[in-house]
Amino acid sequence: MKFQFESVDAFLTMGGHGPFVWASYVLVYIIIIYLTLSPLLAKKSFLKQQKKLLQLQKNSQNAPL
Amino acid sequence: MNWQWFYRLGSPRWFYEKTDAWVPWLIILAWGLLLTGTVWGLGFAPMDAKQKDSYRILYVHAPVAFISMACYYLMAIAGAVGLIWKMKLPYMVMKSAAPIGFAFTVIVLATGSIWGRPTWGTWWEWDGRMTSYLILSFLYLGIIALQNAFQSRDTADKASAILALVGTVNIPIIYKSVDWWYTLHQPATLKLTGQSTIHVSMLYPLFTMIVGFYVFFTLVLILFTRTEILRRESKTQWVKDLIAGNPRKEEAAQ
Repeated sequence: MKFQFESVDAFLTMGGHGPFVWASYVLVYIIIIYLTLSPLLAKKSFLKQQKKLLQLQKNSQNAPL
Repeated sequence: MNWQWFYRLGSPRWFYEKTDAWVPWLIILAWGLLLTGTVWGLGFAPMDAKQKDSYRILYVHAPVAFISMACYYLMAIAGAVGLIWKMKLPYMVMKSAAPIGFAFTVIVLATGSIWGRPTWGTWWEWDGRMTSYLILSFLYLGIIALQNAFQSRDTADKASAILALVGTVNIPIIYKSVDWWYTLHQPATLKLTGQSTIHVSMLYPLFTMIVGFYVFFTLVLILFTRTEILRRESKTQWVKDLIAGNPRKEEAAQ
């Protein structure tokens, strides 16, 4: 298996097709990074919010009447 | 017949706890395969004689196109299981699949359009393949919209499941559109039956990307579903324990 381009410049330009190819890959990677991170961040923020809520409930139960 | 295994599969808690250990491995496997396939497809696969280097878009376009359609079937089957057996987890899977499928259709439409410019000389053509695929994207959007359109979760789930099931008619149309109508789109490169029209040096990186995207889809579907489970089950004791950081009870989830 051999690298198909003579130089880094040839790899980037791909005989004029570079902008199309690179634009496609950048877009794909932006979307798949977003798809990986968004549920993880949503879960983290949900747990944080629920923890706060639980703490508030505990505090209100313990508060003197 | 003992259906206990089936109902256990439908338990959100069982799913959440079972998939906990899978996530790190799936992240490593999916990203490892995708990065390997990307480097292989971009730099090491030979250039195509007709389309030159623009064909390298195939390595992201085709695998995501397969999965966006498989994702629709999965979503519709999940909806049907939810409707028939009135189980909670399939509805959560159905809801989680919709934004993932929509994101995949955006990838396919955008990369297809970018690929079309140097190959066909146009960004878009209202032909059978592209139009039916655009409808798939709208179907995913419709499911997402329905999920947010009702106060009642039950109604939203049922309405989404029905739309998902009705929309399955579009998938064979997309698949066969290149045979039924005149189109700019090339016919299938990979065939399950018959000879594929791609050289092995181009096939291996493509295969790596297909497997990589399937693993990636499994991963993100699990991640989205896990978050959805926590949201919907927030009033249950096991989620409260999880939030409070209490050690989990060992008894089997029901």
